[in-house]
Amino acid sequence: MKRCLLMLLCCLPAAAQQRRSSFEDMARETQALQRDDATNPAMLWVQEGEALWSGAAGAAGFSCASCHSAAETSMPGVAARYPAWDDARGAPIDLAGRIAQCRAERQGAPPLDRESPGLLALSAYVGLQSRGLPIAPPDDPRLAPAVAEGAALYAERRGQLDLSCAQCHDDNAGRRLGSSTIPQAHPTGYPLYRLEWQGLGSLQRRLRGCMTGVRAEPFRYGAPEYIAIEAFLMRRAAGMAMETPAVRP
Amino acid sequence: MARVLINIPREIHAGETITIRTLIQHGMESGYRPGADGNVVPRDILRRFTARFDDEPVFAAEFSPAIAANPFLSFTMVVAASGTLTLRWEGDNGFDQTETRRIAVA
Repeated sequence: MKRCLLMLLCCLPAAAQQRRSSFEDMARETQALQRDDATNPAMLWVQEGEALWSGAAGAAGFSCASCHSAAETSMPGVAARYPAWDDARGAPIDLAGRIAQCRAERQGAPPLDRESPGLLALSAYVGLQSRGLPIAPPDDPRLAPAVAEGAALYAERRGQLDLSCAQCHDDNAGRRLGSSTIPQAHPTGYPLYRLEWQGLGSLQRRLRGCMTGVRAEPFRYGAPEYIAIEAFLMRRAAGMAMETPAVRP
Repeated sequence: MARVLINIPREIHAGETITIRTLIQHGMESGYRPGADGNVVPRDILRRFTARFDDEPVFAAEFSPAIAANPFLSFTMVVAASGTLTLRWEGDNGFDQTETRRIAVA
């Protein structure tokens, strides 16, 4: 496993040279929308997340802030370190999964579903605390199998169109698919506000969109495959600045 | 209550033209889209926005189904003296939300 990771890390510098966030490929107007917190519509969800953070939930009446105090002091850099290893499950867990787990198991509050407004709001609020910080995947050997699985899934052809992620996002990144520039697929700004969605969405929703795009059967939300792909993508984007909550066309 | 972002310049001098920027969380369902069951989703949009400064109207806008979700509005006004800005969004299904902000001139 360690060797897999080592090999992967050796492959990285070649790709790392011209890595760019898809922010740079956006129209100037969309960039302006993301840059200014007064115009970034994702800030509406952040506001919601801030309220959820300090609002008591569950039988015990705990809020996130009861344990973690102010997010501004306890959460910077946290979103940049996910997916992380979860001892309880013995599996990797993503940030949204961790928030949902904390809420259900520690606060005893009604569980937050994937893509529910509450979970997106909290993920955006926690993610915002890492904005501008470099993506820093944990140096945990237990995550290596997931990263390797994610790399395999990324390179695996799927769907009726028989395309892999890599064929667009590595081989043809920067070229055009219809009117849009194909991005390099660095997950720097999730959860993000996508103009096409007219709302906030997670990386898993984005991956799902790509999978239905190549006419493949998407995995269910929260599936270990998505977390493996995220673990691989975050390692691939290691060192790039977090943009959460980003805006994309 | 829908979440709202209102941006007002921090330092304002009397007689200055200032820009107010607002963003409100609203789906703006156009009334033309079919839902998952094939039936058209009923229209649910904001219809009207009004801004008043100390009860004097300063800006108003009519919304139509073609306006995107979470509408952003920006308008300018001249502030002669300190006062209260009242912003009101009205829409389908009895949507009615009013936000007030104190504007103080330096």
